[in-house]
Amino acid sequence: MTELTCILCPLGCRIRVEREEDGLKITGYDCPRGLAYAREEMTAPKRILTAVVKVAGGESGESMLPVKTKTAIPKEKIFPAMEEIKAITVFPPVKIGQVIKENLAGTGVPLVATAPLPDDDYRS
Amino acid sequence: MSIPEVDVLVIGGGVVGAALLRELSRYELALLLVEKEADVSFGTSKANSGIVHSGLHDRPGTLKAHLSVRGCRLFPELAAELGFLYKQNGAVVVARSSEEMAGLEKLLENGRANGVKGLSLINREELRRLEPNLAPDLAGGLLAPSGGIVVPFDLVFALTENAVANGAKLMVGTEVLGIKEEKDGFLVRTNRRPLRAKVIVNAAGLHGGEVAAMIGDHSIQIYARKGEEYIFDRKLEGLVQRTIFPLPSKVSKGILVIPTVDGNIMIGPTAHRVEDYDLSTSPAGWNEVYSEARKLVPALQAKDLITAFSGLRAVGPTGDFIIAPSAVSPRFINAAGIESPGLTAAPAIAEYIVELIKESGLRLRRKRDFNPFRPVVRLRELNPRGQADLMQKDPAYGQIVCRCEMVSAGEIRDAVRRGATTLDGVKLRTRSGMGRCQGGFCTPRLIRLLSAELGLPPEEISKNGPGSELLFGRLRGGREEKTKEEKEDA
Amino acid sequence: MLNTREVDLVVIGGGPAGMAAAAAAAGAGVEKIVLLERQEKLGGILPQCIHNGFGLRFFKEELTGPEYAHRFILELKKYPQIQVKTGTMVMKITAGRQVVTAGAAEGLVCYQARAVIFAMGCRERPRGAINIPGTRPAGIYTAGSLQYLMNIEGFIPGREAVILGSGDVGLIMARRLTLEGIRVKAVLELMPFSSGLNRNVVQCLEDFNIPLYLSHTVTAIHGQKRIERVSVAPVDADLRPVVEKEFDLSCDTLVLSVGLIPENELSLQAGVELDPATGGPVVDSFYQTTVDGIFACGNVVHVHDLVDDVSTESIVAGRAAAAYLRGEIGRNRWFPVKAGRNIRSVVPQRIVAGQATPLYIRACFPERNALLCIGNRQSRRRVVSPGETIYYTVKPEDTATTGGFFTVSLEGGEADD
Repeated sequence: MTELTCILCPLGCRIRVEREEDGLKITGYDCPRGLAYAREEMTAPKRILTAVVKVAGGESGESMLPVKTKTAIPKEKIFPAMEEIKAITVFPPVKIGQVIKENLAGTGVPLVATAPLPDDDYRS
Repeated sequence: MSIPEVDVLVIGGGVVGAALLRELSRYELALLLVEKEADVSFGTSKANSGIVHSGLHDRPGTLKAHLSVRGCRLFPELAAELGFLYKQNGAVVVARSSEEMAGLEKLLENGRANGVKGLSLINREELRRLEPNLAPDLAGGLLAPSGGIVVPFDLVFALTENAVANGAKLMVGTEVLGIKEEKDGFLVRTNRRPLRAKVIVNAAGLHGGEVAAMIGDHSIQIYARKGEEYIFDRKLEGLVQRTIFPLPSKVSKGILVIPTVDGNIMIGPTAHRVEDYDLSTSPAGWNEVYSEARKLVPALQAKDLITAFSGLRAVGPTGDFIIAPSAVSPRFINAAGIESPGLTAAPAIAEYIVELIKESGLRLRRKRDFNPFRPVVRLRELNPRGQADLMQKDPAYGQIVCRCEMVSAGEIRDAVRRGATTLDGVKLRTRSGMGRCQGGFCTPRLIRLLSAELGLPPEEISKNGPGSELLFGRLRGGREEKTKEEKEDA
Repeated sequence: MLNTREVDLVVIGGGPAGMAAAAAAAGAGVEKIVLLERQEKLGGILPQCIHNGFGLRFFKEELTGPEYAHRFILELKKYPQIQVKTGTMVMKITAGRQVVTAGAAEGLVCYQARAVIFAMGCRERPRGAINIPGTRPAGIYTAGSLQYLMNIEGFIPGREAVILGSGDVGLIMARRLTLEGIRVKAVLELMPFSSGLNRNVVQCLEDFNIPLYLSHTVTAIHGQKRIERVSVAPVDADLRPVVEKEFDLSCDTLVLSVGLIPENELSLQAGVELDPATGGPVVDSFYQTTVDGIFACGNVVHVHDLVDDVSTESIVAGRAAAAYLRGEIGRNRWFPVKAGRNIRSVVPQRIVAGQATPLYIRACFPERNALLCIGNRQSRRRVVSPGETIYYTVKPEDTATTGGFFTVSLEGGEADD
């Protein structure tokens, strides 16, 4: 049996999952979203990965650009994805939402910028 | 390669060495001070309570009594010249019971015998009037108006900066490893380069015994007595006006409540002999300091604590300062066992040693162009007009880096140019990072500013010298792997 | 003296609270607004919060911190009447709403404002404030300053970390360090429960098998130059370390996530009354403080779980400041809120008569199936925890039936298992 803590709302339901011959037996959830969450966590858990990438010539000022996977990627791909992210250098200018790398770690999901570069808009 | 030769080598950049260097810089001499830490004041002086004692505590006839009373008198003028943070706030020794009042009377006699001016006994009501936040059950006090407070490291920086401005040389990160007496001087081996000196002054504090032993003088045995101190938020400013002393014990002046020049309340220090030079603070130390301090000022609350530190006093074998030429060599002068009231006495110790140097045969000729003043900019001490003018002249003074203590990028830059090479060096010179957030906000900015001003990569910026680097490398970049290997090598 | 610039509204702080309040005030017709930010960039803490999880309540979509900030920066740009002054620090403020600022660009400047909004946010509690014994070596960081060093400046702090405190920033940093190859040996929490969001405990710790030691604390820091190890001990019911069970963890980095403190030095200067329970100003339904024409919103008022709530409340404050400037808000009749059983704090502390007022309520300890009682109203709560805000909106008509004050309490709950 596996026990999960549902993260979808503050209730934090403790959901119990048992593997049975005809699939998963899921109990302890309080709403359909909780059921779906438990099923996905048990079969194909996914996470959005966020990180920073190096900016070319960014020794002073903006040395890092924040990025995220556009959608959630399989949990087991997090570390392979980080390895690819560590090798990236971006060249300004970059728009917010711009794709930095397609098909990150073979997930089919692109890595996108979560801030513009240069970020002059942030300054007066 | 020729070995540089100086007239006087001062070993140790604590308050004694610094005061001596400044006093000697009045004369036409080649002077050098060596300090093994990354900055002056980083040893015992950094953790001093910062009290300019009136001199009432010490036994009449001792060097301690003589030099602290004289030192206390020198402070106002010295502060005016050097602009370090000093205030003559006065001190009061309090009695908790009528039996202790008798102790105060003895102390009064003692102080008068030492030549302390202005001492007076006050009763309970007078004490309440002067210090309304003291515990209501105190029986009375002994008032010493000549006592003061000073920021100890600021004093050391001021003294050395002024000495350097007057031609003295300073080498930090320089540890003396061996001394050999020659025909008319000494050959000194250090971790950096060899040196020659005609006269050596041993102001090495805790290491005074080891340094003396290098010339075969084994008369100096020093042990460490640890003191823990605790600092409260500046919002308590004004809780007490004067430094509050309990009736002293045999080993120390007790746990004090000190209003610092910067407006914090500081309590401590403990006084316990330790065998190693560990600088940790302890739950036992806190309990002792807090409970004793609350007997004097019950309004103190743990929740207002912002930081703590400890320091080690260099305690000598005789109970008095040892300031004299070594029996081994008349040109090797020991200034050892300078425990409390060493900071107070330091300016007088410096004068005293200058006389000893004259007696050693070195000729001293006064400089004509000695400049006793030290310029320093402190934004938060200026009025708005002064601040506005300063920012107009140099915009770096408008860029506030430490928001708790209102320190500008201009002052940080000045601190580096004044000699700071580390985060602590900047912090102690400017107060940046010493406020209620304790550097949470400004540390990354200080690393950047230090890096830019020193021309070093940020990874090489340290807290207080080699081994205390703040960062291991870059998230994306070459240094990361290198540091990993270096770590494995070590 | 200095030249004085007359403006309608000065907003102090360019983080999420200040940006939302300034934009809302401009949207409500305020003409001369100055937004002051001490850092070089707008956004406050958001640019360094590169993780996702923001915006679900406010924008109904999941954003990262920089993206969330960007939305509000675009919003600000719609209003040319807002002058943004970054790199500008407030040196002094008076109850008469005179604000003196310093900055590299303009030097010392004095504003005379008709209204002021405090949006200074909060700061992290440092090591000294919790009095951890031991040495003072390099390698001790608060979670937020470490986050800045890593995400904005791109530095690695060390190789092996221990995190003290399971607040959200601490949990987020546990994951962040792990992703960058820094081993997080443990997250220690003094209380028997995490003070962070459930989601963060799962996704930041459990996902990476990082051990969370509840009811544990650091009892000593070791290492002369760089931190070398920490001593750790469980704590008893009175939160005192059980020294017999002490053990050591080697580490070169100690991360502190031991609480956030609203940054209210300016509030005190202006004579604003503070609530000891929140550490922030006492505010009413309009987020007006106890000083006329001075409003406050965001983490300077109380530390929020979600930036979304900061935005919502700051819009209320911005619009209210606009209404104040039009003379529509004067001295209103209000009812004080009293905290009852298992209630640590309630914001706003004063409910204005006839005004719909969303309350942000924080419990003292976790429990299940408690009845939330507010004035004469009641609502069942399946679970409450100090780490998660309890929401309740007081309806305008509720104030008609109250007997002078509102009592907020949690009644009849069961211990959390």
